[in-house]
Amino acid sequence: MSFTFAIGQKVRVKEGDPPGHIRTPFFLRGKRGMIEARHGEFRNPEELAFGKEGLPKKPLYLVTFRQTDVWPHYTGPAGDTVSADIYEHWLEADE
Amino acid sequence: MAHSHHDHDHDHDDHAPIEAAGTASEFELLEQAIRELLIEKGVFTADDVRRQVDATDSVSPADGARVVARAWANPEYKAWLINDPKAAIESLGYDLGPAPNLVVLENSADLHHVVVCTLCSCYPRVLLGPPPDWYKSKEYRGRVVIDPRGVLKEFGTTLPNDIEIKVVDSTADMRYLVLPPRPAGTEGMAEKDLAALVTRDCMVGVTLPDAPAH
Repeated sequence: MSFTFAIGQKVRVKEGDPPGHIRTPFFLRGKRGMIEARHGEFRNPEELAFGKEGLPKKPLYLVTFRQTDVWPHYTGPAGDTVSADIYEHWLEADE
Repeated sequence: MAHSHHDHDHDHDDHAPIEAAGTASEFELLEQAIRELLIEKGVFTADDVRRQVDATDSVSPADGARVVARAWANPEYKAWLINDPKAAIESLGYDLGPAPNLVVLENSADLHHVVVCTLCSCYPRVLLGPPPDWYKSKEYRGRVVIDPRGVLKEFGTTLPNDIEIKVVDSTADMRYLVLPPRPAGTEGMAEKDLAALVTRDCMVGVTLPDAPAH
C-alpha cells in the first residue's frame, strides 16, 4: 500500500472548508498530531457520498493529538490525547 | 398531559395510548420513498429489509461481552483479538460480513480509551447492537472530546490523573470496541460469569466493569 507517512511521523491536518461529505472533523483542522497507525486504503467517502466509485482508494491513518495542542485551555493531564481516523489527502508533513 | 401523581390509589386508565405520533420527518419520508422505489424496481424485497432490520436490532451488548470475557479468560485469545479482531470474533460464531473493520482498544491501569463519533453516530453495531441515545446526542459528541474527564465524571467514572485518557473519534471506516480491564477479584471465574460483568458502557469506555458481587 502506498502510505506517504510513517508511524510516529509528525503531521498537520490541512485547513479548509470544502463543501460535501467530509470526514475530517472541524476541531482537528489545522492541528498538529502524530501518525499512530496505518489502517489501510479505503474508497474515498467524499466521493462515495455522491454516488461515485471513490477510486483510487485513499490511505487512512489513526492520528493522535495531545489534548493541550487541540484545546489551549485543556485542564486535564498533559498525557491526555484525542485520536481520529484521517485520510492522507487531509494531512501534510509537519516541519 | 396535566395529570397529578400524588395519589396512586386510582386506576391509570386515563393514560394516553402508546403509539407513534406526529408527522414523519423529511428524512423518514426520504427513506420511505427510496425504499419503496427500490422494492418496486426489484432491487430487494420488503422481507429483505425486515430481515436486515431484525438482524441489526438482534445484536446486543451481550455479544460484545462474550468476546471480552473470552479475552479476559484466555490471554492467547486476547492477543489474537487485538491483532486480528475480525478473525478472532468470527471464531466465536459471529459473521461480521461486510461491516466496517473493527479495532479493539485495550484499557489498562495506565491508559483509558473512550469512543465517540463526533460527526454522526458510528458505533461497533456488529458486536454491541444499536447505540444508546446518549451516544448519538450532540452533547456527548461535542463535549467528550473537549472535556473527557468531566463527561466521564457525569457517568460516575472518576479516573485518577495518572491514567491517560485517549478519546477515539471514529470519523471514517473503522469502528472501535473498548476491551475493559478485568476487575480484581474475578480470578477463577467462569467465562459466562465474567461476561455478566461486562456492560455496554464499559465497551464504549464511559465506565469500568463492576467488581463481582459477593
